[in-house]
Amino acid sequence: MVASIQAVAPHDVALSVRDLTVNLPQGMERTHAVKNISFDLKRGQILCIIGESGSGKSVTANAIMGLLPKVIRLSSGVIQLEGMNIIGMSPDKLRNLRGRVVSMIFQDPLSALNPLMTVGAQIDEVMAAHGFGTPQACRNRAIELLTEVGLPDPELMYHQYPFRLSGGQRQRVMIAMALALEPTVLIADEPTTALDVTTQAQILQLIRDIQRRKGMSVMFITHDFGVVAEIADSVVVMEKGHVVEQGSAEQVLKSPKHPYTQRLIAAVPHLTGEDRSRPEAASKEPILKVEGLVKTYRGGSALFGAQRTVTAVNEVSFELAPGRTLGVVGESGSGKSSLGRLLIKLLDSDGGGILFEGCDIAKLSEAKFRPLRPRIQMIFQDPFASLNPRSTVGHIMTVGPMAHGMPYVQARDEARALLAHVGLDAGAFGRYPHEFSGGQRQRIGIARALMFKPKLLIADEAVSALDVSIQAQILQLLDQIQRETGVSMVFITHDLRVASQICDEIAVMQKGRIVERGPPSQIFLNPQAAYTRQLVAAIPGERPGNARPVAANA
Amino acid sequence: MRGFLLNRLSQSLVLLVIVSIIGFGILNLLPGGPLAQFGLDPGMTQQDIERLKGLLGLDRPIWIQYLDWAWRLVRGDWGHSFRDGAPVLEVIGSHLFATLLLMGSSTVIAISIGAWIGIRGATRRYSLFDYLATVGAMVALSVPTFWFGLVGIYVFSLKLGWLPAGNMSEIGDGSILGYLHHLILPSIVLSLVHVAIWSRYMRTATLDAISQDFVKTARAKGLSERRILMKHVVGNALLPMITLAGMQLPSVLTGALVTETVFTWPGMGRLFLDSLGYSDYPVVMGLLMFSAILVLLGNLIADIVVAIVDPRIRLA
Repeated sequence: MVASIQAVAPHDVALSVRDLTVNLPQGMERTHAVKNISFDLKRGQILCIIGESGSGKSVTANAIMGLLPKVIRLSSGVIQLEGMNIIGMSPDKLRNLRGRVVSMIFQDPLSALNPLMTVGAQIDEVMAAHGFGTPQACRNRAIELLTEVGLPDPELMYHQYPFRLSGGQRQRVMIAMALALEPTVLIADEPTTALDVTTQAQILQLIRDIQRRKGMSVMFITHDFGVVAEIADSVVVMEKGHVVEQGSAEQVLKSPKHPYTQRLIAAVPHLTGEDRSRPEAASKEPILKVEGLVKTYRGGSALFGAQRTVTAVNEVSFELAPGRTLGVVGESGSGKSSLGRLLIKLLDSDGGGILFEGCDIAKLSEAKFRPLRPRIQMIFQDPFASLNPRSTVGHIMTVGPMAHGMPYVQARDEARALLAHVGLDAGAFGRYPHEFSGGQRQRIGIARALMFKPKLLIADEAVSALDVSIQAQILQLLDQIQRETGVSMVFITHDLRVASQICDEIAVMQKGRIVERGPPSQIFLNPQAAYTRQLVAAIPGERPGNARPVAANA
Repeated sequence: MRGFLLNRLSQSLVLLVIVSIIGFGILNLLPGGPLAQFGLDPGMTQQDIERLKGLLGLDRPIWIQYLDWAWRLVRGDWGHSFRDGAPVLEVIGSHLFATLLLMGSSTVIAISIGAWIGIRGATRRYSLFDYLATVGAMVALSVPTFWFGLVGIYVFSLKLGWLPAGNMSEIGDGSILGYLHHLILPSIVLSLVHVAIWSRYMRTATLDAISQDFVKTARAKGLSERRILMKHVVGNALLPMITLAGMQLPSVLTGALVTETVFTWPGMGRLFLDSLGYSDYPVVMGLLMFSAILVLLGNLIADIVVAIVDPRIRLA
């Protein structure tokens, strides 16, 4: 973890970027994707490039790979790889370097492999393209690689198609492919962002191990300071196409100099391990009581062949007091999103009860439930997909209440007031969703839900698609709204750090069941279930029991 | 896979029964009925018509007629043409070859050229080639086929005299060369619109495939553009095309009404039109069932081929 600070001779540098400027096509919000950026990747080190969306970190990676789309032009600068300047190199020479001297792994392992080719064929291909040797030699090497990245039964894995593999396994295949020709530099573009937290921990460990074993140089792109703390030797911080700060990991994480870095680090959600303090004890009846809720998905044919059933939600029970927040955390496939959809009756349950204000809504017909709909509202994950692009914000906000009988004038006035309340100006009423940023859209989504004056809000990964600084603002807004309106919340998230910030109680789900439920102090500092311990231990950049002060609520 | 096939086959059978009931019902609900044309014939008395009805079994209740017809159909007896008494299957069979020749050749032209244009247009998006292909496809799609047919006949048959204006062969000439000579013009005219359709579909499918992440992976591996295209793009782009080709199958065998009419091509399209004109219900119903079976068969074959090609379905 300790980075050498002494002057570096050129041969210590595997990759050197000097004054790199990449133009964006006209009509974009900036003229440059990146401007005058310089950094060095030293041999045998891991360099993390961190920044929020639109900071230009992926453009930088693609420029080094020579994979920029045609409309984006490199206008000046030098990229030295193994002493060669690759800018202005012929496409053929560049192609020859790709996969051999520098290789890359990507964010989404589910789509990064060709679904029609076996894993083995895809690994062989990179060796064949660079004239590695006979097909037999390629095959042996591929199996060796599959063993090296820790995949079970490499011989069998060689003949598998990607769809048979989990996300983590596919990312291991990608890594095996990238390592095939022992490249000098490995570029990893958010390789763990799409993975579950425990898988993420394994993949980070794997990259770290391989890098150490082979003395490889790794350029690791991420938006997550937790990941940086986990693996970086040195760090480059980018904002809007500029490098605002760089240095050793220790230096940047512990004593950031640039205000942007400071803001970014402050916005990172940390495990608090502290329970939220609430003035009033929850003496009243629970607003929501879930008892033995079950949801089973059925697949396959009803007439012929075997029917596949998956129990997504299995005997789930919990209570939620008015004005409190229950966090539901779990990895993908744990059933947390299905639970959210059951609570708002977007899905029908197969058993158990949902007592909302004492009335079992699980068995109500849609017609009978409809008058209750306004009281349970949902905030969705993707602020880009959840707002109709053809409707104005005003229409989006008023159409629901008006359908439930509110006169237009009243709906309009309330919508304007709510927009102001969530931090948007009143002019937003007549504008369209595409005119807003992701964070602003999520504010619109929240305001829309609040139009109904709900008693219960279901937030399904409501901040997962947002940059950390925006995430912190939205969490703060939700907290403020809860204090003002006394709304109860079910907050579904895969991110335990986020959950620790906003929840009074947290339920940990695994394979459809709640394996542990308790206040954050219990879950994070004294977890009872083995699975919870595993989850908490996997959070990147956190050492349980060593909670840092929360800057997000400052 | 076996469960899937059984499932699809049983669905297809149910669909066939429904199609046959609707077809039979509509045909028999039409005013007049098959013997209406004789009503105007002064040589036919009302008694003659009644006698004919009894002979053909048309005086029975419609559902009995249907069951009788359906039962014979299942046993392979598709009935006899009202026109000349020839068995329906034989009538269909005698027109099948002509249609197969025309539609088969034009479909092969359409798929191969259309796919080529589509892939090339997608890999060179917004190039001159792409623009020309787009404009060309729009023209081919908007101009009616008969116009191309007439222009083709005018230019190549009347003015230049290179190609025959119609029919499948000269009377008395059964040589392959003769057939091919007659085939050129109609199959090219017919394929024009299909080339247009296929090139558009193929362009979209290729663009979809190119924008996939695994193509970026392939580039990052240092593969040549040619290998990326052949190995990673085209394979994935062709998957949705298989379904389209399956839907194309029935029209390959049921013929092209307009083109066959313009070129007096003795195919299934013209048979259908003529049979309707003569109220030759057994032949019309036979053709209806024939094309319904082909539609279902085409889809089934396409699904099976996709399942064979795509490991996600084959092994799932």
